[in-house]
Amino acid sequence: MVAKIVVVFGLMLLSVAYLTWLERKVIGDIQVRLGPMRVGPHGLLQPIADAIKLMFKEDIVPQAADRWIYLLAPTLALTPALISFAVIPFGDRIRLFGRTIDLVITDVNIGLLYVFAVASLGIYGIVLGGWASNNKYALLGGLRSAAQMISYELSLGLSVVGVVMLSQSLSLVQIVNAQSMAWFIVLQPIGFLIFLICAIAETNRAPFDLPEAETELVAGFHVEYSSMKFAMYFMAEYANMITVAAMATTLFLGGWRGPFLPPVVWFLVKLFLLIFLFIWIRATLPRFRYDQLMRFGWKVLLPVALANVMITAAFVAMR
Amino acid sequence: MEWLVFAPLAAVALATAVSVIVLRNPIYCALSLVGTFFALSGLYLLLQAEFIAVVQVIIYAGAIMVLFLFVIMLLDVGHEPPAWLRRDRPKLVLGMVLISLLLLELAVAIGSRVSQGIQGPYTSELVNAIGNTQLVGRLLFTDFLIPFEITSIILLVAIVGAMVLAKR
Repeated sequence: MVAKIVVVFGLMLLSVAYLTWLERKVIGDIQVRLGPMRVGPHGLLQPIADAIKLMFKEDIVPQAADRWIYLLAPTLALTPALISFAVIPFGDRIRLFGRTIDLVITDVNIGLLYVFAVASLGIYGIVLGGWASNNKYALLGGLRSAAQMISYELSLGLSVVGVVMLSQSLSLVQIVNAQSMAWFIVLQPIGFLIFLICAIAETNRAPFDLPEAETELVAGFHVEYSSMKFAMYFMAEYANMITVAAMATTLFLGGWRGPFLPPVVWFLVKLFLLIFLFIWIRATLPRFRYDQLMRFGWKVLLPVALANVMITAAFVAMR
Repeated sequence: MEWLVFAPLAAVALATAVSVIVLRNPIYCALSLVGTFFALSGLYLLLQAEFIAVVQVIIYAGAIMVLFLFVIMLLDVGHEPPAWLRRDRPKLVLGMVLISLLLLELAVAIGSRVSQGIQGPYTSELVNAIGNTQLVGRLLFTDFLIPFEITSIILLVAIVGAMVLAKR
């Protein structure tokens, strides 16, 4: 158990670091430029250089800030992002040194709800950080994110109800097992689409990056944060991206299931493709306006998600 | 063994609940309430009600309290000292009377056999066999269907009322 936690946690932090490199490289490529090239071959050592730089930067706390909450907020953002991976199965049972090991840190019977509970706490880091900075741009960014994340959480929750009804379980291990015949993306294509859209909104990424819309809010909720505390917000965003992609893989893409290749490799391949899709979307789409965002969330996504739940329920009941 | 988990959780629940009314900064009060909800969620886990525990966090800590914070931040509620610091005598007396009544009621309840509880049909073995999520769902849509529907209508009325007031 402890070994699994250490390995997953370490890999998570390493992937977060190299996700920043991947994002800069992919966006660079899409915009016909090179991206980071100087530090190491093809800029491969750039994340390490960035980490060292961020650790040694001056740490500034604004004079009018609410000191305790200001210091607490980045932790509140990062911790949920890191701990939600605990219930996601990333492989089948394996035998190692004569012992069988489940490739999931812990399989709880309410795993899906656990991820939702933890994800819903991530809002606090952003809202409190924006408020405690005592800066109007930061406050606006924080309030926007609160409204946005709560609005899209509803549709996100409804989009996976179909999956729960089909698999008859809230345990993520059971949900993956239920997809041995067909991946749920085949049975729940609309659910998958809604999940993907809401997931991007929940991670505050473009085109839903209104909390940090730099053209109107300078940098949004983290405008007053510097040094490692800024880095923690940054890490939280990328860790959330990994978690959300892992959830999409588990719920709709059959988790670690796939032919020929070992299960863990399948899981990582699906994870990587989804993350690549997120980066691609960021490089392609312009940002929503705030009223468009709210209208889309409440008047399009929510009714469609509800209709999807009702249709799925009818099919499950008739079966 | 249960005490080792129960005692800290109960202590946190009480301490944060007291700080909700004692602290001056409304944001701190709201955050203390979040702490209370977490401790309560831990107590539900101790009672092997995982579903209730997680739903407590999702709904209260994750959604309702965020909206509370939202409103406090937007209204910029001032750092007003609580009533017991302002020496507001009528309010102080009223509060004392109400609290004494509440404590009296509690004492009577604990003294009578209400607190001993009645053994229901659902023992923890049975709950674990069926699964507590499934059980909550089944009971909600069979035995407690009418209270459940009435609650949802009340909530709907509240939403419509809020909309009407906001549009005025």
